[in-house]
Amino acid sequence: MACFLVPGGEAIVTTVVQKVVKSREKKAGGEGGNKTGLKWSQRLSWLNKLLWGGTILLALEHVWHGEVVPWPPFLTAMENPADVAPMLHEMATIGVAMAVCVTVVWTIIVVVAELKVKAAPEVEAKPASGGE
Amino acid sequence: MWLLMTALAAVITTAIWYVRAPEDKYKLGLLSLMFWGATLMWFVDHVMAYLTEGGEFLEISPDATLLGVSVIILALLVWEIVLLVSDPKGVLKRVLKR
Repeated sequence: MACFLVPGGEAIVTTVVQKVVKSREKKAGGEGGNKTGLKWSQRLSWLNKLLWGGTILLALEHVWHGEVVPWPPFLTAMENPADVAPMLHEMATIGVAMAVCVTVVWTIIVVVAELKVKAAPEVEAKPASGGE
Repeated sequence: MWLLMTALAAVITTAIWYVRAPEDKYKLGLLSLMFWGATLMWFVDHVMAYLTEGGEFLEISPDATLLGVSVIILALLVWEIVLLVSDPKGVLKRVLKR
């Protein structure tokens, strides 16, 4: 019905957070990253792309199924008061689950990327030492 | 069906991105993450609908296939707009300067 609005809302918040973090990193002279060199603005851009991409494509699916229309109130569930409660329930269950799932996957991506970046110098050092 | 088609698009774009990585001049990382975001969201949607309502996990019909194609077209359209606006090859600048 309108489950995609929850990750869409999260996308708006994370986009604002990313802009703020990016400007702070610029002010700090590009020292926004930790020891691994990955900046927080870069990490947040991955989350934004996941959330915005999912929201845009799910919006198309909702338009396709007639759940979203280009005229007010935009959500067909809002036209009938009896449909409002199920819509809110769907947002609270499926919508929140979608947002949580994407955020958890992003967290895994960030952790793996951190570990890979940390491990990179050791991996690069091996062929050089082995070649001698 | 659109879940499967979006997942396939995500896998293919990720493979292409990886082949060209670390260079990402054409923003394939963006396209890949867009597809993955939608795939994850639809996967959650399908699982929860299957657990609560039952029925078929995947809807396989001409309408669902057409929706899958439309979803891929929309993602490619958004990616191309971002690509044209950022213009990493400077093509638009050169064309407009003529």
